[in-house]
Amino acid sequence: MRVLGLILAGGQSEALGPLVSKRASAALPVFGKYRAIDFTLSNMVNAGIRKVGVLTQYNPRSLMDHLGSGKEWDLDRKNGGLFMLQPYVSQEGYYWYKGTADAIFQNMTLLRRGEEDYVLIGSGDHIYKIDFSQVFDFHLSNGADITLLVKELDESYNLSQYGIVELAGNRIVSIVEKPQEPKTKIGFLGIYFMNKYLLMELLYNYVTKGEVDLLNIVISQLDRLKVCGYMFGGYWRNVKKGISEYYRINMDGLKKEIREELFYRHGKIYTKLKDFPPPKIGGTALVKNCIVSDGCVVNGTVENSILFRGVFVKAGAIVENSVIMQDTVIEEGAVVRNAILDKEVLIRQESRLVGRDSIAVLEKRAVL
Amino acid sequence: MRRVLALILAGGHGKRLGVLTEKIAKPAVPFGGKYRLIDFTLSNCVNSGIYQVGVLTQYRPHLLNNHINIGRPWDLDRKKGGITILPPYLGGVSGWYKGTANAVYQNIEYVDSANPDFVLILSGDHVYAMDYNDIIDFHILKGAEGTIACMEVPIEEASRFGIMITDLEAKIIDFEEKPARPRSNLASLGIYVFNWNFLKEYLTKDENDGSSTHDFGHDVIPRMIDESRRIYAYRFSGYWRDVGTIRSYWESNLELTRPIPPLNLYDRHWRFYTQTEEMPPAYCAPTSKIVNSVVSEGCEIHGTVENSVIFQGVRIGENTVVRNSVVMTATNIGRDCLISESVIAERVNIGDRVIIGQGEPAPSELDKEVYNDRITVVGMYSRIPDGLLVGKNCVIGIGVTEKDFTSNVLHSGGYVLGKE
Repeated sequence: MRVLGLILAGGQSEALGPLVSKRASAALPVFGKYRAIDFTLSNMVNAGIRKVGVLTQYNPRSLMDHLGSGKEWDLDRKNGGLFMLQPYVSQEGYYWYKGTADAIFQNMTLLRRGEEDYVLIGSGDHIYKIDFSQVFDFHLSNGADITLLVKELDESYNLSQYGIVELAGNRIVSIVEKPQEPKTKIGFLGIYFMNKYLLMELLYNYVTKGEVDLLNIVISQLDRLKVCGYMFGGYWRNVKKGISEYYRINMDGLKKEIREELFYRHGKIYTKLKDFPPPKIGGTALVKNCIVSDGCVVNGTVENSILFRGVFVKAGAIVENSVIMQDTVIEEGAVVRNAILDKEVLIRQESRLVGRDSIAVLEKRAVL
Repeated sequence: MRRVLALILAGGHGKRLGVLTEKIAKPAVPFGGKYRLIDFTLSNCVNSGIYQVGVLTQYRPHLLNNHINIGRPWDLDRKKGGITILPPYLGGVSGWYKGTANAVYQNIEYVDSANPDFVLILSGDHVYAMDYNDIIDFHILKGAEGTIACMEVPIEEASRFGIMITDLEAKIIDFEEKPARPRSNLASLGIYVFNWNFLKEYLTKDENDGSSTHDFGHDVIPRMIDESRRIYAYRFSGYWRDVGTIRSYWESNLELTRPIPPLNLYDRHWRFYTQTEEMPPAYCAPTSKIVNSVVSEGCEIHGTVENSVIFQGVRIGENTVVRNSVVMTATNIGRDCLISESVIAERVNIGDRVIIGQGEPAPSELDKEVYNDRITVVGMYSRIPDGLLVGKNCVIGIGVTEKDFTSNVLHSGGYVLGKE
């Protein structure tokens, strides 16, 4: 079975505020060394997908820098490999991607060329680990036209922010986007699997008529095609849902069972290498319940926090319940609590940053 | 631009590292939490802009070959040049490499095909940061035919090195390999620059000399100096270590845990590259207590770690104390253990309530030459049963299993080896 992977990584997200002022949400750093897109991309590669298109639009620089030639995912290949699909200017004018279906439609060449029979469409914003080969088997054994990944969402998800699905057996009978009063607790996870030629047909038919959203197209087919829901039981979160969700995801990395699921089951999560030395924890340090990444030097107190690569916590500094991104420096005597510090932030001696009702956020290169 | 080719001698056994090099070549020995010894020399090459590198292997090369592969982590996967592994081969002169000089002699064709102006001869088992451009510039400036990097060492250690005496212009007028009574403390670091045509001449002379041991330090360099060729000494003042013994291996690892370590791994302008397995960052649990230590990716630390270097993917259980020790990749240590002054190799499994490195030091019953300090060494893939008590200066071999232990005490100086 040959599968083409497509990753939607172009969307804008106001909910993430300063964290996305210089990057796409798919390029958000998570768990100390990863970017959000690493999860979907690694899941695809681990399932044997050798050709992946990444659809970007909003602030793509850091995403493109991160993915490079796809080397870390073994996607720097003569056949297949990684394709960055940017909106572009042509003789017919220029177009931004108007929606998910439109984005794929504008890159029809990638679908037309190549010998893949199926397309797996994911999002760069989702944090999860899955064995996609089970989805492929499910699709075939159910004789589905389209398989959507769904999950029973507990109370930690705000159901009115998700597509809510109604199932009859395996078959999806209705999908309502962001309902005020959700009928079920089953949410659509933004992951589609279908026959490539079916997708091409749908795109040619609907995008040309002005329907630019892929989910709307699928919804319009529910009574015509066999659309099945694959119930995913594992950890799944969407970084794009806002700062508190982003913070929560990072903190979930401190839970053993979540680390085991994400990093040690069904293959690895790959990311861009940085060649930092291992972290050093000094004589004056106190480190409890933390993720500490390569290149860190910790001499202060750090509790319940995620330290990304190259973070420097100097002696006497206190960091609690915080997410500290790459190359941020926290100087002597500073206090950081309930905060997200973006990359290359400098917290000077004796300064205090304490998030009280909500999480305090400092943007990239801020100095306090 | 002068063309420079680097040849890294990586065939050595490193006998004095005991079980650490029983199954792997010395350049493949892990160091500093995520590296292997050869990474330092390879990284120095690419950081110095040398992208044509030959690695001469001989002793147990599999792990080393696997590590180097096509040289990707060092950006040595190139269309032109790049990295070439040079094992001994048949059909040429003689098969096995008889010595360092003979190893280069057997690869004259390889070097000739690159046609370099200078050849840099390096060792794959030293830990240091050096910009080779400095020694090459020095070599050119002196109009030398050969240049040897050297460093002043304490006089009592001088007999472990090649010792040289220079004139005021830094020209070497005398050279002795490992002299019993050293006349100077200027030690060779095993880093040489030669004009290629000049070196070729002397390699050929050496090959045709039946009495030679075909070693650079013993034969080739003394001959060059006897014949008054222009060989100069380049003084190097940075950090350089030959981790040739278990003691120096243990010590130079632990040096990295000091507040300001002599070897700066954190210099963004002089990075050390390596091939590692992809792992998530280290996790330090609420019960952990870590001080003065290096803790690598993939670790899950629940116990106490003091003055130690912990490699990737190590798991340390609750209420366990690891002190003044080196614990290599993917080793698993259970609960309630006490590990001190030990070197634990890769993929070892240590049960619960195990004590290693306690008691009065005693001379080794296995090999007094190699195990001459108080450090206990555990070989890779070994399995240590629950409740075992191991003294100081002990040796547990490679692939030892629970069944190999006859009692639950291994007294100081004792050893247990695995059944092949």
